[in-house]
Amino acid sequence: MEKGVKILVRDLNLHFGKNHVLKNVNVTIPEKKITVILGPSGCGKTTLMKTMNRLTDIYPDVKVSGNIFINDEDILNTQQDITILRQKMGLLSQRPYPLPMNIYNNVAYGLRISGRRKKRYLDKRIEHYLTMANLWDEVKDRLKESASRLSIGQQQRLCLARGLAVDPEIILADEPTSALDPISSQAIEEKFVELKKNYTIVLVTHILRQAKRIADHVVFMYLGEVIEQGPADQIFNHPRKRSQNRILKDCSISILHFAFCILQ
Amino acid sequence: MRKHKYIEEKFFRVLMFFSTTLIVMVLLLIIFSILYKGLPSLSWEMISQTPKGGFYFGKEGGVLNAIIGSLYLSIGATLLAFVIGLPVALFMNVYLVKFKKTVNTIRFFLDLLWGIPSIVYGAFGFTIMIYLGLKTSLLAGIITVTLFIIPIMVRAMDEVLKTVPFGLLETSLSLGSTRSETAYKVFLKQASPGLVTAVLLSFGRAIGDAASVLFTTGYTDHIPTSLTQPTATLPLSIFFQLSSPIEEVQNRAFASAVILTVIILIISILARLYSRKYQKHKINF
Repeated sequence: MEKGVKILVRDLNLHFGKNHVLKNVNVTIPEKKITVILGPSGCGKTTLMKTMNRLTDIYPDVKVSGNIFINDEDILNTQQDITILRQKMGLLSQRPYPLPMNIYNNVAYGLRISGRRKKRYLDKRIEHYLTMANLWDEVKDRLKESASRLSIGQQQRLCLARGLAVDPEIILADEPTSALDPISSQAIEEKFVELKKNYTIVLVTHILRQAKRIADHVVFMYLGEVIEQGPADQIFNHPRKRSQNRILKDCSISILHFAFCILQ
Repeated sequence: MRKHKYIEEKFFRVLMFFSTTLIVMVLLLIIFSILYKGLPSLSWEMISQTPKGGFYFGKEGGVLNAIIGSLYLSIGATLLAFVIGLPVALFMNVYLVKFKKTVNTIRFFLDLLWGIPSIVYGAFGFTIMIYLGLKTSLLAGIITVTLFIIPIMVRAMDEVLKTVPFGLLETSLSLGSTRSETAYKVFLKQASPGLVTAVLLSFGRAIGDAASVLFTTGYTDHIPTSLTQPTATLPLSIFFQLSSPIEEVQNRAFASAVILTVIILIISILARLYSRKYQKHKINF
């Protein structure tokens, strides 16, 4: 695998029953950058992300073929323990799903199941990760309270802290701001820019402006296909000729692209 | 058009009001008639003594044997059904999520089993007892009642676990938990208030059923001291007292019904109080 590449998707096809959801997807995701997967609703971007985490394993009637290389390991055809693989990737979903336990245990959960149970170690780690997610000051006096008592923005930050606590290399975020108010959204976005120093971030969104604000690398999807991908600057300001020709073939896509150009 | 809608709305409101009232009235009537006939005969003697000679002809004694027997039987069966049923319900909702058809088939068969009358379970238990050479005993009763309440418990738990959002399953797995960690550490906590209800529902069926224990536990005037002894149960005790021609004995049947109702009430309240402890962590999605 090339240097600086974290995730490499090769000829990925995914069928949901009779629906061909992902069609020959080839994607390169660079290390320690924010890669934004952009596209309208229902184009397969969330599915692509869940395939990277092998969460597609739990859906009925799913057939996957192709390769996804993470650190040179083909995760779709591996003998490796799937739980260890998933721990390398923190997942942030559309709306926060805190675990049904108190705030402290929410963050400690991931550490405990991977065998780290010492109280003093946990205390230190939990403070560290909650601080990292900008939540420590708000919850330090009520760590024993149920996570369900937090606001939705706080819950999303708790989920971020919980995801970071298992010490992942990659953060997968599926429209993490769609259920949040503008201020909480901004907090999450700023956090991502800060986190890319140490983590590879894959962000799924349909908000063009969000992509333009924080993306380093863009994958543009439409109807299950990758239409364009490359550094953000290139995609937003100098769309390549080849893909433009292709876009012109499909009227609906060209309209979409037109809309994108106007928004720029 | 306006008028038509108005009448329609009015009609269904009245209909709903009457059906609700009807159900509440019937329930109150049952409770009232039990209390009316049972309370005068209810005494400390009823609760604290086993039947003496001639109890069923109106002489002194109580139904302590049946109270203890019923508690042994239904608590034993509920525990056993819980130990077997919980993994089944979790298995269906955590491991088999990918296999919708299989899960729906299992649900279909459990619903069928739920519909089988308990006397059939009693007969089935009796056949097994003959095959194994067992006599009517507490153990045979517990096994039969367990078989009888497992479908109820599994389906009730399944309905609760079905409401745990898919996102929570994904979240838990993405943190690197195995399926069993997801099942026992996440699903169990999220669903615990509902699971308590499922257990209570099964317990209510277990303690209130007469037909399944008719052949299998037998009946005795003594309190059982081991699993191999026959055991009296409250429903059967009520049955025997009601079939007496003596009015005094019949009234004692109602007193026994009061005792049975109160037992269910006490256990429900205790379980609710206990489950409230876990309720606070449930996330309302």
